[in-house]
Amino acid sequence: MGASETHEATTTYREAMREALREALRSDDRVFLMGEDVGRYGGCFGVSLGLLEEFGPERVRDAPLSESAFVGAGIGAALAGLRPIVEIMTVNFSLLALDQILNNAATLLHMSGGQLPVPLVIRMTTGAGRQLGAQHSHSLEGWYAHIPGLRVLTPATLEDARHVLAPAIEDPDPVLIFEHGSLYNVSGELPSPTAPVGLDHAAVRRPGTDISLITYGGSLPKALAAADDLAAEDISAEVIDLRTLRPLDDATISASVARTHRAVVVDEAWRTGSIAAEVSARIAEEYFYELDAPVERVCSAEVPMPYARRLEEAALPQVADIVAAAHRAVD
Amino acid sequence: MTVARPARARKDSAPPKSGKKTRATGGNASAGAPSGRGVTGHRTGLLESMLRIRRFEERCVELYSAARIRGFVHLYIGEEAVAVGVNEALTPEDAVVSTYREHGHALARGITAEAVMAEMYGRTTGCSGGRGGSMHLFDVSRRFYGGNAIVAGGLPLAAGLALADHMRGQPNVTCCFFGDGAFAEGEFHETANLAALWKLPLLMVCENNLYAMGTALERHEAQTDLAMRAASYGMVAWAVDGMDVEAVEHAARRAVEGIRNGTGPHFLELRTYRFRAHSMYDPDRYRHKAEVERWKERDPISLLTDRMRENGELGDKQLARIEQRITDEIDHAVEAAERAPEEPVEHLLHHVTSSSAEAVS
Repeated sequence: MGASETHEATTTYREAMREALREALRSDDRVFLMGEDVGRYGGCFGVSLGLLEEFGPERVRDAPLSESAFVGAGIGAALAGLRPIVEIMTVNFSLLALDQILNNAATLLHMSGGQLPVPLVIRMTTGAGRQLGAQHSHSLEGWYAHIPGLRVLTPATLEDARHVLAPAIEDPDPVLIFEHGSLYNVSGELPSPTAPVGLDHAAVRRPGTDISLITYGGSLPKALAAADDLAAEDISAEVIDLRTLRPLDDATISASVARTHRAVVVDEAWRTGSIAAEVSARIAEEYFYELDAPVERVCSAEVPMPYARRLEEAALPQVADIVAAAHRAVD
Repeated sequence: MTVARPARARKDSAPPKSGKKTRATGGNASAGAPSGRGVTGHRTGLLESMLRIRRFEERCVELYSAARIRGFVHLYIGEEAVAVGVNEALTPEDAVVSTYREHGHALARGITAEAVMAEMYGRTTGCSGGRGGSMHLFDVSRRFYGGNAIVAGGLPLAAGLALADHMRGQPNVTCCFFGDGAFAEGEFHETANLAALWKLPLLMVCENNLYAMGTALERHEAQTDLAMRAASYGMVAWAVDGMDVEAVEHAARRAVEGIRNGTGPHFLELRTYRFRAHSMYDPDRYRHKAEVERWKERDPISLLTDRMRENGELGDKQLARIEQRITDEIDHAVEAAERAPEEPVEHLLHHVTSSSAEAVS
């Protein structure tokens, strides 16, 4: 499944990410993977399975349950010229390393007057939908997108899972990659790349003319399903995958809204202070007179994620919610 | 070897007796001194380095009072033997991670008074381009990685610098300074465990000045024997008289030698005291003046000058010459900072990301 092959191959999101890690470890001896259970266990979600055997314990480095210490160690190793990839099991655990991510990784370049770029990649799982309760299920990537100095990626497709890691490692600044837990088992054909995927641009995943469904990460499959449903009603929905939450690609968002004049923002995070709020505000600030209807938001209910299946489903954005929001905007 | 002794519990905040037990003999302490300078020359260098820090900070107080510099300014006065003694054990290839009380570490590392003063003034010629200030001094050319104003926040980063050297087989040591207050932070304990587990070439230098800002050690730690606690992580740990620069140097040299020999991280608890308040904002209500005065009897600069005078290694004229040289240096630093340019506001967003720096510079 190397980049040089030209035919399509069946893979999963998990395997695509693993292949990206393998390629990075093979092609650059400054790269190493560090985190809880990335080695002998094979990764909490199985992403790094087999990499320990291939690259050894120095470069696939099991860390103690010390998020702050091993994230900070990643920052220090990056300052010293290595290219660490740090894995944190879930975004909720990343809060234990928030001091290092905000006060060091995002800040050192500026505080030092440009002397200390931090070429670090931090990967973590985000999101709900697997009945994991209120300490393993939240979507806090929007918090990180608040912070100048960070780049925040949310690969939602097989192609992005396979191809965002290399440019993230190339980036001289810290990059956070949020992998939605519901995506790992998504399978399909991975097309061979026709061009570098880049980290600066949102993607139009489905073109349309009547309404823009703007989303990212684990909500992308739901938005695409909603677009299918809307198409059955002769409503042509365009689906925008933000891909990068910081910096936001204003140009792609505005071009879409200029075409459709209506927008629904779908974001699994809580509505208050969310990326959905940011995107909505930007549309209102810049394209108010383009709009034919108020911007709609579909977000999670403002509740710590409950365990019970029917409650969790009710808390999360669902396809029917997106369709209903689109109806409100179009009608 | 009487200098780097095992830790023992200390019951009060009295200074160590100006003591034969903790004081290094000249021969021992300077055994590792750079060749060519001799004992006297080496001690003169230590003295000048400590005096530079002392006089620099005394000038900072004046400049702060005159509102030429602002922000938090944390003075190191009283603790100079730690920075100067430890730095003697390090090479230019080693790395240093510091705290917000880091003027002394920066100057001892060789960052010029001019570059540090300009940073206090917030000028473009400052060692962080005016974006750091007193608490965030950086100089990557000297492998001086700040200037961390989160207590214990520099420790994980230092472990990473050490990890990089460890993975690449470099013989370098990373030295991380932190205070006794760091023992109450999880990041200290996470890093101590990680560094010992991975046998990282990390020198952990605890400046135990007995106060975490205004909270006395026995009011913030259930167990106040810090070296003993560090040793519990499986690393070599010594408590040392932090007012005796030669004792500090000797202990640091032994620790660095052990680290370079591959025995993993070493911990030094340097028992010291700050003579001034925590910062320029601090009214210093939480400790008795008598306690401060007792510690001043063990002023690290007086300890060394007394020893040198006793040995006939220092006369009044020589001391005056050193003082004058330092005064001139600081005068020059202040004049240069006063004249130095301020960053244009148009450059506000520089250095947020690497591309933002390139795009607008």
